[in-house]
Amino acid sequence: MNAQRLLSLAALALLVIAPLVVSEFSVTLLNYIGLASLVAIGCSLLTGVGGLTSFGQAAFVGLGAYTTAVLTTQFGWSPWLTLPAGLALTAMVAMLLALITLRLSGHFLPVGTIAWGISLYYLFANVDGLGGQTGITGVPPLQVADHVLNTGREFYYLVWFFVVLALIAVRNLLDSRPGRAIRALRGGITMAESCGVDTQHYRAVIFLLSALVACLSGWLYAHLIRFVNPSPFSINLSIEYLFMAVIGGASHVWGAVVGATVLTVLKQWLQDILPRLIHASGNFETIVFGLLMVLLLQRARTGIMPLLARFLPLDRPVRVPALDAGAARQDAPLGARERPLAGELLLEVRDVVRRFGGLVAVNRISFEMRAGEILGLIGPNGAGKSTLFNLITGVLAPSAGEVWLRGERIDRLRSRQIAQRGVARTFQHVQLRPAMSVIENVAIGAHLRAGGGVIGAALRLDRRSEASILREARRQLERVGLGAELLVPAGSLPLGSQRILEVARALTADPMLLLLDEPAAGLRYQEKRALADLLLRLRGEGVTILLVEHDMDFVMNLVDRLVVMQFGEQIATGLPAQIQADPAVIEAYLGGVE
Amino acid sequence: MDVQIALLLAQDGLTNGAIYALLALAIVLVFVVTRVLWVPQGEFVSYGALTLASLQLGKVPGTVWLLVCAGLATALVDGVVAVREGRLRRMPRSLLANVVLPLALAALATWLAPRNPPLLVQILLTIALIVPLGAMVYRLAFQPLQRASVLVLLIVSVAVHFAMQGLGLVFFGPEGARTPAFTDVRFELGVMTVSGQSLLVIGASVFLIVVLYLFFERTIYGKALRATAVNRTGARLVGISTSLAGKLTFTLAAGIGAVSGILIAPIATIYYDSGFLIGLKGFVGSVVGAIVSYPLAALGAVLVGMLESFGSFYASALKEVIVFTALLPVLIWLSLRSRHVEEDDEE
Repeated sequence: MNAQRLLSLAALALLVIAPLVVSEFSVTLLNYIGLASLVAIGCSLLTGVGGLTSFGQAAFVGLGAYTTAVLTTQFGWSPWLTLPAGLALTAMVAMLLALITLRLSGHFLPVGTIAWGISLYYLFANVDGLGGQTGITGVPPLQVADHVLNTGREFYYLVWFFVVLALIAVRNLLDSRPGRAIRALRGGITMAESCGVDTQHYRAVIFLLSALVACLSGWLYAHLIRFVNPSPFSINLSIEYLFMAVIGGASHVWGAVVGATVLTVLKQWLQDILPRLIHASGNFETIVFGLLMVLLLQRARTGIMPLLARFLPLDRPVRVPALDAGAARQDAPLGARERPLAGELLLEVRDVVRRFGGLVAVNRISFEMRAGEILGLIGPNGAGKSTLFNLITGVLAPSAGEVWLRGERIDRLRSRQIAQRGVARTFQHVQLRPAMSVIENVAIGAHLRAGGGVIGAALRLDRRSEASILREARRQLERVGLGAELLVPAGSLPLGSQRILEVARALTADPMLLLLDEPAAGLRYQEKRALADLLLRLRGEGVTILLVEHDMDFVMNLVDRLVVMQFGEQIATGLPAQIQADPAVIEAYLGGVE
Repeated sequence: MDVQIALLLAQDGLTNGAIYALLALAIVLVFVVTRVLWVPQGEFVSYGALTLASLQLGKVPGTVWLLVCAGLATALVDGVVAVREGRLRRMPRSLLANVVLPLALAALATWLAPRNPPLLVQILLTIALIVPLGAMVYRLAFQPLQRASVLVLLIVSVAVHFAMQGLGLVFFGPEGARTPAFTDVRFELGVMTVSGQSLLVIGASVFLIVVLYLFFERTIYGKALRATAVNRTGARLVGISTSLAGKLTFTLAAGIGAVSGILIAPIATIYYDSGFLIGLKGFVGSVVGAIVSYPLAALGAVLVGMLESFGSFYASALKEVIVFTALLPVLIWLSLRSRHVEEDDEE
């Protein structure tokens, strides 16, 4: 048994024993911490992991609480039926909000949820059927089998059962194919989409999940307190839930529980002590929370979990599958692509133009690529090479001209759709998730080659396909020479190795067309030779490669043909020897002879 | 509803809308220059209204202590950084702005308050007490986070709202205040009675908008802020300090907030926490312009005022629901207009 598992068991044992030994007051506090933890787990997933913010979480809690309060007191429903009803209602609202805000940039979700949070709060307070400010009394207690959960101690086990369930589900989810997609969201949409991740879908998914756990917390709350009124569902509470997620940090799922505990206990204590200090009554704790948050975000943005992780064995390393054939046979096979025949017309760029305002970054570029060739794209800095890459991969749309891939026009497609068609790329400015391990970064590349949704991942039904993804990631990493560094954080690699990591990530997608943007920059001589060997081997396997590179020795010995760009114009196209003798190219690189 | 009521509601809506428009402009300004979604703009409004109300009662406003405390904290932070970086030469300036000036203002306010100075002096004193808070908030909360993502800045902004609202309760107390109208003049205009108060508010808002426009078009500081908004790195390369731009922006935001508070003080009873909702209505207005367009933000804010005014006539209890739900169609409209947005976030 490893230390990590031992710690989990110890924590679990502590959870089970706690209500038997502590005071009634402490049990109440623990119940509140549990209820807050549920919401904070959602916030942590949404904000800490996914980089989105919601100010409507308390409103979702309210939705869960009011749904069950109304249905049980006014329509006589069983509480066990009101839970699905509340969840369904919450899902509808969350999907609607996601639909209208997630197409916009990230800061419109908080704006939309502020509107939703405030509207719902005033609706609770002002609609007659909902009891107005006085609220709804007489919510029935929960009943498990024949046992009525009347006391806080009994209720405690139900609350924490759900908390532990949510923790396990989220932990499982994050360690999976959809989980890696979710963790990639914060690293820039461009990278995730280029690996085929539907970022809007996953943003909607985490928003939905965070809303659902909030609703669950509200349902529990209503049956614990047996009374609902609008005040615990105001926007200030939403802000507190967000703070809990920030305090804990997103590096470990337990962070949400730690954050909820710190904030709940601190609030209790401050509400006790501050009014006496100030000689007035009021919610003075907000001052402390506000200042604390500002300090925390300035000084320790990752929250307090990384600090705890130094003393406790909290980190669960990814289990790296072995590469031997016997183990691999049990895996679910990854999707493989049918390869074009050597010499088949693969990519056609026709008179492509891209303007940025008055600047023409790419002007009427045309070339073709046939399957199994390496085409070099060279030119001085600012020639428009990376822009051209972005036009081919759908990150940018051309202002004019067309791009065709195997007889299909792709210049109006999104980069995700182009990735689906077998185009993989690396970036001039490395785009990876520095805190994620090397192997997990590379595994993002295999996103489109396996299925598996969020629910399967949370229930651990995806282990076979997960093993094959990680095995493939490991295989590609061994191939590019990073096999010794599978588990270190990607950000700790030297820049040259980070570029090579991107190559491995692209290879994990099993591409037929590979676009490499300065892969050799920052590599030493030996490493460059190894890279060149790798690219030649890939060509032998039928992979077509478009290469941007500044190192002329590297390029000239590797490529079959070259396209030369300068100031957005195509100044030459041809074999390496022709290009080296071309007067226009010599002038572009060395300056003209006056 | 007859025409008379409709006109009355429209007048109300326009009056409130003019104030929301000022706030919306401040929110857009802060966002484009510093990328901070400035949620606590409304706190300056409560501070402004409550400061003026205290002065009218002949009391020393709580803002005095708030300003002195915030100034000391700012000077302290500046001092620590100056010592650490060995740049003590900068300290006299910081001490002047953050200690001497607040103390002088505090002395002035303490001396003036019981003497019942004329309204104009009270208003100027209110503005003078609140404007320095802007740069202090920027220095304390946001300057160390210049390179942080919009997300982190937003959470900090909400945290600042928490702190400012709580401090409002400490320094102003839980009681609400409403100042007497600036003027009782009324005009008969056909079937409509136009109140001088409304005209004053709308006039002041329009005047301030024109002043801001001239500031951005004609002055070097205004142009520096516009440059920073367009391209932060580019602006730095030509010598415009991001910190200076941030401080200036927050100073303007505080000023606009204080004026808005003074304008709204006779219209509504303001409590320490009223500003939040008022500021959010400015926020809703600014979303109409996707938080980047000044004219659309102002237009949106006026619409918010109208919606609120007519909403409260039809369903007074639900007017907040109506105003904030109206944001949803706006977001749908924005969403349909936009092609997919690419944005990169930091770790």
